[in-house]
Amino acid sequence: MLRYANPAKFMSLSGAVLPWLAAASALLLAGGLYLGLFAAPPDYQQGDTVRVMFVHVPAAWTAMMAYGLMAAASLIGLVWRHPLADVAAKTAAPLGALFTALGLITGSLWGRPMWGTWWVWDGRLTSFLLLLFLYLGYIALWNAIEDETRAARAAAILALVGAVNLPIIEFSVDWWTTLHQGESILRRGGSLIAPVFLWPLFAMALGYTALFFTLWLVRIRTEILTRRARSLMLMGAP
Amino acid sequence: MIALSSLDVEHLTGIRGGRVLFRGLDFRVAAGRALCIEGANGAGKTSLLRMLAGFLAPAAGTIRLRTKDAEVEDGEERGRFAGWLGHRDAVKPQMTVRETLHFFTRLYGSAGDVEAALETVGLARLAELPGQYLSAGQKKRVALARLALCARPLWLLDEPLASLDAAGKAVAAGLVAAHCATGGIAVVATHEPLEIACERLVLGPA
Amino acid sequence: MTAFLALLSRDIRLAARAGGGAMLALAFFAAVATLVPLGVGADLKLLARIAGGVLWVAAVLASLLALDRLFQADFEDGSLDVIALGPLSLEATCLAKIAAHWLTTGLPLTILSPLLAVLFDLPFAATAALFVSLLIGTPAVGAIGAIGAGLTVGVRRGGLILPLIVLPLLAPAVIFGAGAVLAVLDGLSNGALPLLAAFSFAAVLLSPFAAAAALRLNLAG
Repeated sequence: MLRYANPAKFMSLSGAVLPWLAAASALLLAGGLYLGLFAAPPDYQQGDTVRVMFVHVPAAWTAMMAYGLMAAASLIGLVWRHPLADVAAKTAAPLGALFTALGLITGSLWGRPMWGTWWVWDGRLTSFLLLLFLYLGYIALWNAIEDETRAARAAAILALVGAVNLPIIEFSVDWWTTLHQGESILRRGGSLIAPVFLWPLFAMALGYTALFFTLWLVRIRTEILTRRARSLMLMGAP
Repeated sequence: MIALSSLDVEHLTGIRGGRVLFRGLDFRVAAGRALCIEGANGAGKTSLLRMLAGFLAPAAGTIRLRTKDAEVEDGEERGRFAGWLGHRDAVKPQMTVRETLHFFTRLYGSAGDVEAALETVGLARLAELPGQYLSAGQKKRVALARLALCARPLWLLDEPLASLDAAGKAVAAGLVAAHCATGGIAVVATHEPLEIACERLVLGPA
Repeated sequence: MTAFLALLSRDIRLAARAGGGAMLALAFFAAVATLVPLGVGADLKLLARIAGGVLWVAAVLASLLALDRLFQADFEDGSLDVIALGPLSLEATCLAKIAAHWLTTGLPLTILSPLLAVLFDLPFAATAALFVSLLIGTPAVGAIGAIGAGLTVGVRRGGLILPLIVLPLLAPAVIFGAGAVLAVLDGLSNGALPLLAAFSFAAVLLSPFAAAAALRLNLAG
């Protein structure tokens, strides 16, 4: 594992993986969208509105996964002081914020026909709004500290504090809300969703995940190259 | 105050913001001696002092404090031996000189005599004045009194003579000399000559 | 212990003097609470309903106002370096500062809150719930805020970033705190106070470690 943490090794490996990952995400997203938007029948209660689910739910999953990955990278960066982990955490944040925003927007679009309003203070939506603020705070802290190593450490502490606090925020928001829809997909004792909806959902979930990793790798590579270019320029300076 | 027998620095490398300040620095200061660090602005004098205090981790190398029966390497443990006098004097605008010194004496659990220290640095008449009315040199004198009161064996001084008048400089030199005379160690970053016997270390471009 | 008390009493004294944050935070708290009825109208039923939430949010904002200077003032004048080298661990230093902040901000806000609750026509039992919830909840605000203060010490525009990083983390405190007041108004027992106490306890216990880690980082600079 640590062998690939060497930036040079990482660049060659990620360069080789990237085209395949990009192709996989394109295929999965195309397949998932076709299955979800055309092949699946309308829901007997929600009608065609249910199709928003295929773009909404996986976005929310990816947003949470991104926070988990960011926190894990932060921990690695803090404990082993590895610059690649710092870069990984830094670059995961804007992507996480993006998927969180996507989840919020699609959730709002779904809510309009379902609840008759653009926004309800539903448990999920509310905790995602707070998650978005956590991401924004993390990004703001990174940008405010000039020294890169120091910024990485400070942001890592914040990411970990957020990771400890997130379940509590989730719990408190769930406690607070009464409008909340219960978990219905990964419920213990079998899913409540018909298989005809489940397949496109899983295809989309995999597609979003692949898309996230594709974008993440691109951003990590860009950051490494930018830093390399900057140090080359500094070396060339008189 | 636990007496130190020496400060040993081996192969010390300092990096700030991606720039190498110094590399492979070796020196040793024995009990009762002072070391003056010289060097141009940005040569890393302050960074070296912050490393000795344990604030900043060295990029490579070791800093070791030897006492009669132990060796201390860990940064935070080393900090417990250090008396610090930085650029900024740790004087609160809202606290009087006496309050400031009493606070640090209590914080450091030292038995030092605040009134005697005020006398030594020539601030006895200003003891009741809040920090905001002090001049830069007077603040530096407060910091010197605090340093003497805190009773630490390793003094780390960053430009202790800055903004002091001739009498103030003599007070500073006298305090460092007295500290060394009682077996203390002093490391002084300065570009003005301190009128005491000291070894010299010049930090140059790495 | 002497060192801990020395730092605690010095911070309390500084906050109480002119230029300290204590009075400022109190005035801010009262001003925000006064502005809300001007914004939402004088319907006392509505005001009683929102009093818990409004006063809790105002208390959090007022606490944050003083938190900005928690480490920053000592950092700027060099005191933090000298304190850090003292016999107190950085964790204990953070705890002392959190305690001093609470005694000079959280506690006075709590004591002032029943007076402001009168302006909102909050019934007596609900006012008692508000008082208790602020009493046990404001330590969490200071403790979590201290992490933000430690992270932004010495950072340009740190005072602006502090609320952004701290406010989302404080959502549970506001939810449980205001929830305790609503529970009394609705005649429910929803367990908000025990939840708030647990949150506050965990925050006060764990935050000094995170805040000390943040300070350690910024002392290197």
